Amino acid sequence: MSECNISIIVNGEQHELTVEPRTLLVSALRDELGYTGANVGCETGRCGACTVRENSKTIKSCTRLAVQADGSEIETVEGIADNGDLTTLQEQFQEQHGLQCGYCTPGMLMTADTFLRENDDPTREEIREAIEGNLCRCTGYQNIVDAIEATADQLGGQR
Amino acid sequence: MYTNDFEYYRADSVDDALTLLSDHAGAELVAGAHGLLPRMKTGDESPPALVDIGQLRGLDMIEEDDDGTDLSIGALATHAEIADSETVRQRASVLADAAAELGDPQVRNGGTIGGNLAHGDARSDPPAALLALDGSLEVRGLDDKRTIDATDLFEGPFETAVADDEIVTGIRIPTIDDAVSGYRKRRDPLSGYALVGVGVWLRTDGETIEEARVAVTGATTTPARLPAVEDELEGEAITEDTITAASAKAGITVDDGAFVSDVQASAEYREHLLTIDTERALYDVIDISQ
Ligand SMILES: Cc1cc2nc3c(=O)[nH]c(=O)nc-3n(C[C@@H](O)[C@H](O)[C@H](O)COP(=O)(O)OP(=O)(O)OC[C@H]3O[C@@H](n4cnc5c(N)ncnc54)[C@H](O)[C@@H]3O)c2cc1C
Ligand code: FES
Ligand code: FES
Repeated sequence: MSECNISIIVNGEQHELTVEPRTLLVSALRDELGYTGANVGCETGRCGACTVRENSKTIKSCTRLAVQADGSEIETVEGIADNGDLTTLQEQFQEQHGLQCGYCTPGMLMTADTFLRENDDPTREEIREAIEGNLCRCTGYQNIVDAIEATADQLGGQR
Repeated sequence: MYTNDFEYYRADSVDDALTLLSDHAGAELVAGAHGLLPRMKTGDESPPALVDIGQLRGLDMIEEDDDGTDLSIGALATHAEIADSETVRQRASVLADAAAELGDPQVRNGGTIGGNLAHGDARSDPPAALLALDGSLEVRGLDDKRTIDATDLFEGPFETAVADDEIVTGIRIPTIDDAVSGYRKRRDPLSGYALVGVGVWLRTDGETIEEARVAVTGATTTPARLPAVEDELEGEAITEDTITAASAKAGITVDDGAFVSDVQASAEYREHLLTIDTERALYDVIDISQ
């Protein structure tokens, strides 16, 4: 069994760790570093529950090896709230009932947060396309789209 | 879900990667891991070592030649970068379409064009675009470099002409001004890959189709051009009759037994869909106004 030393920044904090090459990024985040925000749904790259940002881009952390992320900057859902205060997006997920069991929520939030950085005035159709890689088995998506739309409305292009 | 154990090496240049490949028997390259890792998880592949080229600099550029005749795209350009590139949209829209239709936003950030083409997954979208554009791969080995034409690339399911000890450094696409192209995808509802994907490229003078290239992915065991459709289009006036006649030839171009049959669609149904989607792909790119 081989091992590698890697160094990754997670939510602004530098971490050095030793992993087997086959360790998935999501497993390193959850099991080695305690960032349990990224969930493991399917482990096949379909459901998006494991979505994190790697160097500002959303990826599915079950379809990356931890060793591939050596030297990268990772952001997980734990990092998006401002000193513990919920962001508008998080508040709107609550307001609009954008979650039921909540399993998909961390991934949805990472995708939506990133999407709203690129498009601050999206149509509902664009929102649906943006969350294409995030499956939700509870809400039927309607309220999730509402939450993202309401966030865009509330922030009104000020991001 | 853990894969089998393997050794991991990160290359710091193309030469370094080639040396690592030759030093470690059975080693495989990894770029985005979006083709390889799913297959390692299911045990379909179990390389003893991976050579990571994902972080190499300078292999992700998208640029036009000085005289504007060729488009070069680095092997590490991601699907998202290609889908968002204004240059690709203008010069080779079939490739921009294929990249934009691939997977979902996260997958498009994760996977690379070089990895996609080297992987040889017959359900992939970019192969139909590369074939329709008559593009080629730039490939390097330890002692030489060569070019692989799109038509020679796809040899079988997960088999391509890229050798185990070679690296795809980029793709090259000839472009001309009076060409139109586009990609039409019918998604497999389960996997999101192409159940049928058709790439078309046409050069016209506004009235007559002077040159045509039409390619299929997803429906057949390897992505392929459809010469019977192309022959039927070339030299003909741009009319509904031309499109109908050409699309009707879509199935006959494909060898017996080459249509994929699985739980999603029988070979017969895929052949039927190919005819319909060829017709739609042609209507997508040409304007019939009479
Ligand atoms: C959930 C999900 C959905 C997807 N949906 C689609 C889809 O709808 N359509 C589609 O077309 N694809 C789809 N894909 C696959 C696509 O994302 C990948 O880009 C592609 O198959 C592989 O690219 P990669 O960079 O990840 O390559 P890797 O997985 O890193 O490598 C794939 C293979 O190519 C070799 N390789 C990689 N780079 C090079 C190189 N430069 N030179 C030589 N060999 C190389 C590797 O050794 C390996 O054998 C999907 C993937 C996932 C996980
Ligand atoms: S757990 Fe990563 S996509 Fe489902
Ligand atoms: S809230 Fe349960 S999966 Fe989305």
